[in-house]
Formats: sequence, C-alpha cells, structure tokens
Amino acid sequence: MENTIKSIIDKYEGDKGFLVPVLQDVQKELNYLPREALDLVSSILEVPISYIFEVATFYKAFSLDPRGRIQMQLCKGTACHVRGVPLIIDHVERELNIKEGETTENLEYTFETVNCLGACALGPIMVVNGEYHGQMNIAKTSRLLKKLAKESEKSEEGKS
Amino acid sequence: MDKITSQDQLKELQESIAAKRDPDKTCITICAGTGCLAYGTQKLIDSFQEEIVKRNLQDTVELRTSGCHGFCERGPIVVIFPKKIFYQRVGLDDAPEILEKTIGNGEIIERLLYENPVNGEKLTFEDDVPFYNKQMRLLLAQNPEIDPKSFDDYISNGGYQALAKAIGSMTPESVIQEIIDADLRGRGGGGFPAGWKWDATRKAEGDVKYVICNADEGDPGAYMDRSLLEGNPHSILEGMLIGAFAIGSTEGYIYVRNEYPLAVENTELAIAKAREIGLLGKNIMGSDFNFDIKIVRGGGAFVCGESSALFASIEGRSGEPRAKYVHATDKGLYDKPTTLNNVETWANVPLIIDRGSAWYQSIGTEGSKGTKIFALVGKINNTGLVEVPMGTTLREIIFDIGGGIPDGRTFKAVQTGGPSGGCIPAEHLDTKVDFDELTKLGSMMGSGGMIVMDDRNCMVDVARYFLSFLEEESCGKCTPCREGVHQMRLILDRICAGEGKEGDIDTLEWMGQAIADGSLCALGGSAPSPVLSTIRYFRDEYEAHIRDKKCPAGVCKALITYTINADCTGCRLCVKPCPTQAITGEKKQLHVIDQDKCIQCGACYEVCKDNAVTVA
Ligand SMILES: Cc1cc2nc3c(=O)[nH]c(=O)nc-3n(C[C@H](O)[C@H](O)[C@H](O)COP(=O)(O)O)c2cc1C
Ligand code: SF4
Ligand code: FES
Repeated sequence: MENTIKSIIDKYEGDKGFLVPVLQDVQKELNYLPREALDLVSSILEVPISYIFEVATFYKAFSLDPRGRIQMQLCKGTACHVRGVPLIIDHVERELNIKEGETTENLEYTFETVNCLGACALGPIMVVNGEYHGQMNIAKTSRLLKKLAKESEKSEEGKS
Repeated sequence: MDKITSQDQLKELQESIAAKRDPDKTCITICAGTGCLAYGTQKLIDSFQEEIVKRNLQDTVELRTSGCHGFCERGPIVVIFPKKIFYQRVGLDDAPEILEKTIGNGEIIERLLYENPVNGEKLTFEDDVPFYNKQMRLLLAQNPEIDPKSFDDYISNGGYQALAKAIGSMTPESVIQEIIDADLRGRGGGGFPAGWKWDATRKAEGDVKYVICNADEGDPGAYMDRSLLEGNPHSILEGMLIGAFAIGSTEGYIYVRNEYPLAVENTELAIAKAREIGLLGKNIMGSDFNFDIKIVRGGGAFVCGESSALFASIEGRSGEPRAKYVHATDKGLYDKPTTLNNVETWANVPLIIDRGSAWYQSIGTEGSKGTKIFALVGKINNTGLVEVPMGTTLREIIFDIGGGIPDGRTFKAVQTGGPSGGCIPAEHLDTKVDFDELTKLGSMMGSGGMIVMDDRNCMVDVARYFLSFLEEESCGKCTPCREGVHQMRLILDRICAGEGKEGDIDTLEWMGQAIADGSLCALGGSAPSPVLSTIRYFRDEYEAHIRDKKCPAGVCKALITYTINADCTGCRLCVKPCPTQAITGEKKQLHVIDQDKCIQCGACYEVCKDNAVTVA
C-alpha cells in the first residue's frame, strides 16, 4: 500500500494543496479509504490526521468503509426523483436488506444514491459497476437484482 | 505543429486546415455525449469504424464523434452531413444498414426518422425537427459539428479568432467595455454582470490574479455545463483566455464535478493541445500575455459551487463558505483578486468579442441579453438541452420545443432554479423566461434546470425532496441553515406521513423567512424557496395533506391506498411483482388487494396494462 500511496502523492509533487485529488486517487486504487492509507497520507504529506479526517468526511465522494463487489448507484437527481426513484429506493432497500449508502455484510453489494448523472432522458438511472441501466422501474429493478444474485452465486461457486 | 506566434499565423492555420477539408464530403456524426453513451453508443461507434474499413469507404466517408447534440430523449443520434439527415433512436447494430442504404444508395431509412408527434409526418432533415428549429443555438451550435478531442475541428470553425482579435486589436479595457456593453449576466445562478466583475478584478491591487471557471454544476437536474465542457472544451478555454487577458491574470482554474469524467478528459486534452500550440503558456500569440489553466476535480459537495467554498476546496480545505464582506474580486482564491464565472458565462465571451456587443444586445429581453440553455427534464416528451433567446415563454419551451407531457397526463408545474428555486404553476406558463421574471414568480433562473411535473407529482413531496437534499448538503457552519432546514424537513416529513397539524404551514412560512434572513451563504439563503413557492401556488395540496390526510397526486405512501377497479381483466400480471403477496384473485376474475398486507410499493400500478389499479 505504501508504494501505491507514495506514487500517487509524487504525481502531485507532494503539494498539500492537492489533498482532495490525492484522496480521490487513493480511493480509486483501494476502493475506499482505509485508516492505514490515511495515516500514510498524513505522514508523507505532513498534514495532521485530524485535518485529513475533516476533509475525508466533508466530501461525499469519500468512503471510510469498505465497499461491496457490486456497486449500485441510483440517481436521485430531480428529474429521476419525479419519475419515481423513491419507490425504487424502497424496493432495493427491501430486497437487499440494507439502507441507502450501506454495504451488505458479505461485502457483495453497496447501494448508493447519487445526484444527477446528466443523462436525465434515461431516468430513472441505475449504474451497476459503471454500466448504465436506464428507464428503471420496480419490475426492471427486480429483474436486475435477480440477475446480479445469480451471477454472484456463480462466482461464489467458482471460488469454492 | 509549430507554436502560433501571431494572428496571421492562426489565420493561416485555419486556412490550411480548411483547404484540406471538403465541405461536401459525407460525414457521419455520432453523438457521444454522456447521455448517448449511456445508451451504449460506443458499440455503434465501433461498428461504424469497422464497417467503414470493411467497405473501403475511408476516403469518401468521414466519421465524427461529437459532443452532446441536446436531443437526449432520442439517442443514439446519428446525423449525416452535409445534408444533415437526422437519424434517431438508432439501433446499436444499425451501422451496416446505414452505410449500405443511405451512404451507398442515397436511400432514407424510414424507421430511423423522427416522427412529428403533431401530425405523424416523418422528418428527414435535422433542420425540420421542431425540437431544433424553434431554438436559437449559439453556444451549442458547434457541439454537433466538432469532435471535442480535435483541435483542428475547433480551429476550422473559427476557433480562437476572438482571442486573436482581443490580443491583436483591442486593449484589456476595451474588452471589458465590450462585455459590459453586451450586458452579459452570469449564468451560474445569480445573474451578476460579468463585465463589472472583470473590471473590479482588473482594478484590484495585486500582482497575482486568478480567473476561474465554475463547472461544479451542483443543481441535481441540470447538465448544460457538462455538455459545453465535454462537447466544446476549447470554447471555454478561449473565453477564459479572453477574460484573463482583460483582467490581467496569469493563472486560471477549472473546478469540475468529479462525476463528470468525460468532461475532465476532454478538457485535459484541450489544455494540453492549447499548450503545445502556444495558446496557453508564455507570450501567447506573440504578445506579452502569459496564462495557463489547471483542472481541479470537486469532491462531490453542492456547497462547493458557492464561490468562497470553491476557493477553499481548490486550496485543499473542506468547502465552507465565508461571510461576504470581502469581495472575491479583491480577495478570492489564496486571498488574491479573483474572477469566478460559470461555464456557460465563459462560453458566451468569444461570441461577444467576435460579433460585438451590439449584436449580442439585440438578443433577449430588456434586462437579460443573449440566450440561455435549459435542461428540460422530468415529465416531458423531448428531454434534452434547449437553447433559446431570453424572453421565450415557458409554454414555448415546454410545449413547442419539449413536445408537452407524456402519457396523456396534464402539466402541473415546472421547477426552475434547482434547489434554490421554486415551482411555477400552469397559470404562469406564458411568462417570458428571464432573470427578473422568474424571480418575480418566487423562483429563479439558477443554472437552467427545468423540471417538468405532471398531475402525478406531489408538490409537498417535491419540496421535501429539495429540503432533504439541502439538509445533506448544508456545510453546517451556521445554525439557521444547519438546524432550520432540518426542522423544516421534519415538519414536511410529518405532513407527508399524515401527521400534519393546523399551523404547520404558518410555521414553515416564518421559519423559512428566518432561515433566509439568517444564513451566511446563499445555500441557506434560498433553501426555503422550494417550500415557500409550493405553499404560494399549491397551498390546497398542503391543506389536503394536513386536514384531509390525503395526497391528491397519489405519492405520499402513508396517505394513499391502492385498489383494483372494475377494469381488471384478471390477467394476473400484478400478482407476482407484489412483494407481500397482497393481491389475490382467480384468472380472468376481478382481483383484490389486501390492504393489511399492502405496503404501497406501487409495483402493481406500474405493471397494470388496463389502468385497473387506482391510487387515491
Ligand atoms: C450553494 C451554492 C451552489 C452553487 N453552485 C454553483 C454551480 O454549481 N455552478 C455555478 O456556476 N455557480 C454556482 N453557484 C454560484 C456561484 O457562487 C457564483 O455565483 C457563480 O459561479 C459566478 O459565476 P457567474 O457570475 O458566471 O454565474 C452556487 C452558489 C451557491 C450559493
Ligand atoms: S448557509 Fe448553510 S451552507 Fe451556507 S455557510 Fe451557512 S451552513 Fe454552510
Ligand atoms: S436526474 Fe437522474 S440523470 Fe439527471
């Protein structure tokens, strides 16, 4: 981990002003911001850990908890909201048994909501590991969840 | 390529690129904006590329991937130049057919044409499509005509000529005067005159001055800034260059939302190219003007769109606003004189310098000049980006360009101004849209989001939606905003849950006023607007929730029941989707919903094809 973080910080020439981009890149590499990573950033950049925590908790893009293998992001922008997103949120929460913003215990799913993805014509939009699913409704969400469950079962089998 | 060191050289470059290009050559343009890419357009692009090689058409047919064309509803979009044959909802494997029929035999493929919903007429050319021909596209005009990754495309369309004019034949003062005369008002929300800001920054004391482009685009339902930056990044760089020249700035920043990776990518490319060719860097175009631009990605906080929070964020701190007794034009980023303008504001600058303030003045209304781009979204047939002159009526935008409300439903309200704005009801559809008229209606221009709502949208719910958005986004620095917005949201939660009390509306009103008066920055200052404007125009809907415990639009779960009416054909389509098995009935017989089991999830309503599920 140390090398990863060193090379990211080197990219910004060790400039403290680039704390936010540094954390962005670290999260991209590690999927979230583990405590050890923050400690490393703190010591290499020579910024107090309290300050890093302030920044890491202020910006929504950062996660201090590990995130699931399947990352589901549902757009909660205004256009998607008026097209029925609240019902879909309820549905996903019920099916996965987690609340918006949480990760399932087995680290399979993370369910997050985001603000406008800029593709409102396709709203409601769900992005699963970077892939867009447009014009979502409850029925389509059910189908998508079933498909994901099946795939995750398969990958479990593959592992054992 | 060598660096450009004079205006003449730029002209030469433009001519040499133009000479190599044949304006009559067939060019297949595919929209590759974020919206169309979300439809899977990359596959279509790849297949065009392959097929063109396979058919040996490289010399006769050009393929261009462009930025957003604006008609996102109808993506994937393919336009064939020079005639501008307009194909919409193109299938991801339609490339061979288009090459075979349209390119090969000059045949039009009926299936891919846009059908005018008014009379069912199939329209072949883009210029005939009402969505486009009722707009005035100045800022978006080049989006379909250039590949944002191609410097040559921008140059051959007259790119950087305005910069050359400013550097070559104008003084900084006369550039500022031109912007003041044009009456260019900021497009990021406030509508502050850009020229005055530039003038103040120029006159402020200090050797280092900054020019910043605000591409944070926090309004959750607007995406014109993204489309401009993503589709035509050089035009933004050119605007900033002209601004920097006028202000006397040598360093610029573009602060862009982290959620816009394509905009970042295209802008990074554009900056690299501009540096290479000497349009950024030292001694630009042989003058003594030096300027360079850095990109900073935001961290996903709405408040960082606010000027002082944005500066804090660029400085690597958490984005908390500060009180405004010092102007950014005196002490902005790193406490140096700073001009911050929105993406769309910058995009206007080259046009004004190129064509003059008198021309610009001729477009728009008394107090708002030029065009404005709106993101027309929600319950609307033609979702997309719409650019119209200031003063166009809401009705023209929503019905003539937007094609009205889908599914035979009726228009209820349009929300403008994002989380700081308000909802405007049908009786004001003939309002001419500009900065001042929208403010009079209790809403505002904001960044240009226009969210259309129909009779199935609950105004109390929408107000609650914006409040919870702002509650989450409040930076928490000052109490009226942090606590007040939270308290207002709790009241709205209660009202939506059927626990509203007499007097709640009054409480919301005075509390809203107090928050507006007592907050430090404009986030808190305008946070109550969505609530106050819906109370103003839809008071009866609040009262229905509070007194009759009813949600007339059928949205608030605690106040509605789903029932099955006599139109039920017993098709059983709704039985399986119901998560609580609340629906029973024999095949081909009327079904019933067990109200004790129903959790109001809406699944049955959604799947019923016979409109047999009623919500009330
Ligand atoms: C909470 C808040 C969020 C804002 N978000 C944005 C934004 O996303 N984009 C933007 O251009 N301006 C935003 N603004 C307005 C900016 O503070 C600033 O007025 C604007 O960028 C100035 O540019 P203009 O004069 O060209 O509009 C926001 C203001 C507030 C108070
Ligand atoms: S009004 Fe809200 S967002 Fe603005 S400074 Fe106060 S707490 Fe922060
Ligand atoms: S509101 Fe969901 S994509 Fe814009």
